[in-house]
Amino acid sequence: MFAELLQYLLSGLTIGAIYALAGLGFSIIYNASHVINFAQGEFIMIGGMASATLTASGVPLPLAILIGCGGAMLVGVLVAKFAVERARNASTVTLIIITIGASIFLRGVAELVWGKDFKRLDAFSGETPIQVLGASMQPQSLWVVGTAGVLIVAIGLFFARTLTGKAILATSHNRLAAQLVGIDVKRVVLASFALSAALGAVGGAVVAPITFSYTEMGIMLGLKGFTAAVLGGLGHGPGAVAGGLIVGIAEALGAGYISSAYKDAVAFVIILAVLLFMPNGLFGKRGTERV
Amino acid sequence: MRKGLLATIAFTAAFTATTAVSGLLSGAAQAADPIKVGAIVSATGPASFLGDPEKKVLELYADRINKAGGVDGRPVQLTVYDDGGAADKAASFTKRLIESDGVDVIVGGTTTAATMAAVPLVERAGVPFISLAGAVVIVEPVKKWVFKTPHTDRMAAEKVMEDMKKRGLTKLALLSEDSGFGKSGREQTVAVAKERGIELVADETYGAKDTDVTAQLTKIKSNASAQAVLVFGLGQGPAVVTKNYRQLGIALPLYQSHGVASKEYIRLAGGAAEGVRLPAAGLVVAAQLADSDPQKKVVTEFTKVYEDSFNTEVSTFAGHAYDGLMIALDAVKRAGGTDKAKLRDAIEQTKGYVGTGGTVTMSAKDHMGLTLDAFHMVEVKQGDWALVK
Repeated sequence: MFAELLQYLLSGLTIGAIYALAGLGFSIIYNASHVINFAQGEFIMIGGMASATLTASGVPLPLAILIGCGGAMLVGVLVAKFAVERARNASTVTLIIITIGASIFLRGVAELVWGKDFKRLDAFSGETPIQVLGASMQPQSLWVVGTAGVLIVAIGLFFARTLTGKAILATSHNRLAAQLVGIDVKRVVLASFALSAALGAVGGAVVAPITFSYTEMGIMLGLKGFTAAVLGGLGHGPGAVAGGLIVGIAEALGAGYISSAYKDAVAFVIILAVLLFMPNGLFGKRGTERV
Repeated sequence: MRKGLLATIAFTAAFTATTAVSGLLSGAAQAADPIKVGAIVSATGPASFLGDPEKKVLELYADRINKAGGVDGRPVQLTVYDDGGAADKAASFTKRLIESDGVDVIVGGTTTAATMAAVPLVERAGVPFISLAGAVVIVEPVKKWVFKTPHTDRMAAEKVMEDMKKRGLTKLALLSEDSGFGKSGREQTVAVAKERGIELVADETYGAKDTDVTAQLTKIKSNASAQAVLVFGLGQGPAVVTKNYRQLGIALPLYQSHGVASKEYIRLAGGAAEGVRLPAAGLVVAAQLADSDPQKKVVTEFTKVYEDSFNTEVSTFAGHAYDGLMIALDAVKRAGGTDKAKLRDAIEQTKGYVGTGGTVTMSAKDHMGLTLDAFHMVEVKQGDWALVK
């Protein structure tokens, strides 16, 4: 009985950490530019595909992840510069449509570059399951949870301690005021896109051994990440992380104790409930106060 | 069996003879009317891993047959449309094939949904149609103008349960994918289990894009009565299931369906796939078939042609398309032309045709013509398929 519950919790934690990483990316961009970037899932895909294909052709894993990261950052900056910045004065809905368009475009390009096949990436430290009190988890799950933890702390420090981080915060509070004190808000938006792309790409590389990577892997991850971000309160970093873990664990418990047929419905029930009863999420104060 | 073999030899001889003769006469044959073969496949979209090899094979073989002089001196004129996996597009392309292209026979319908969308159109227009999709509903109940080449999900369930009985296992846990293929597979498994006296002790599902199914597997693991697990799905899902299965250390025998009968599955699941059993066409174990197996020659040759032409591993789905085209052209020969009613009758009278899917003998009651012998139980051993004796 207990082992079963523990197994559900561990499974939920692993998927939840993936959702948390995706959700964090949504929050960063939302903060800097008030854009909900639906191409976030594609950054994850780029990271996963790049590390899987590069390691397959002999590149060492850390380098492959770095290249994937760099590629995703470049793509993120291009999306920001040529799609989002140009529509600066457009309505929120238009901006959302633009990012959805960008995600479809990126998926198409990725299919041309990498093909339609699933790519396999070996687990970073073997596949011998770790036994915990009768439940078991893949070593790769620890990598996912660990990487998510480290990235979350790093992002926190970045916003609290660095000038660029503070500039992004300032822009998120008041774009005009930030501009008046000499912050180049356009560069801030570019920086936030690059940052969240890098975040997504690292996430993609770490989860690839569990999920396999393919050009459409970003769709579901992006959607669940969005649920996580909304649940935590859009723009609230730690909230997105908590939201991801909650969605992941709720899914695992739902599949285990209710019925696996409704597993995906869990996320959508959560998002509907949040939008209806707590539009600012669990932690958000009017949505956009802080990262 | 003997009769089947004789018929096979006769057919092969007839085929070789006609191609040789028509090769000689090819100069004179150029003026002959082409045999118009239409095809609708899902070369792009979610089912592209099925439809893309199908399209390639149809084009390759139409070309090869024409270079060898055509069928009875008549060239094959192939028209292929890509429905992108959408059933409504499949229907409108079928309409176009019938009305504007005036085809004599249609091969295709990569997915069950696309096939079923085309069925009412071909039935009304009276055009012979050979589907490449799996579900049993295509040929049960029998539809006058509709035939199909692949094994059904029902046969897969039967084959798995036959193997379970051999091993003395009677309690099965089912984990099926939440997709058209998985759902139909689930229905058939439930029905077959009842007939064969196998008790279904768990009935779980997973999403086609799930990244973790440990929750469902934990439920199965804690179900003390399960003696074997059957997974019904396509694509990467079954590979994720396989990895999670080993992660949880479940000791029960694991079965998969014919939906994973490609090397892709072994590559994705890696070491976790060792020991997994599934029913598959002779095509995937071509080299291991007994020399006396009538299929051996056909599948070995097909594998060679396919792999030489496209530089990728042969796929059973490509084989379904090959079988569809060959059955249609063989029927043209026996019908002595492309009169649609005669052609339909000739397809229905296909006897002992040895294809990549097995030996096909159709009848008025059976528009697929494959028996359980067409499936081989294979097991993953050291990263490759091994025939289970």
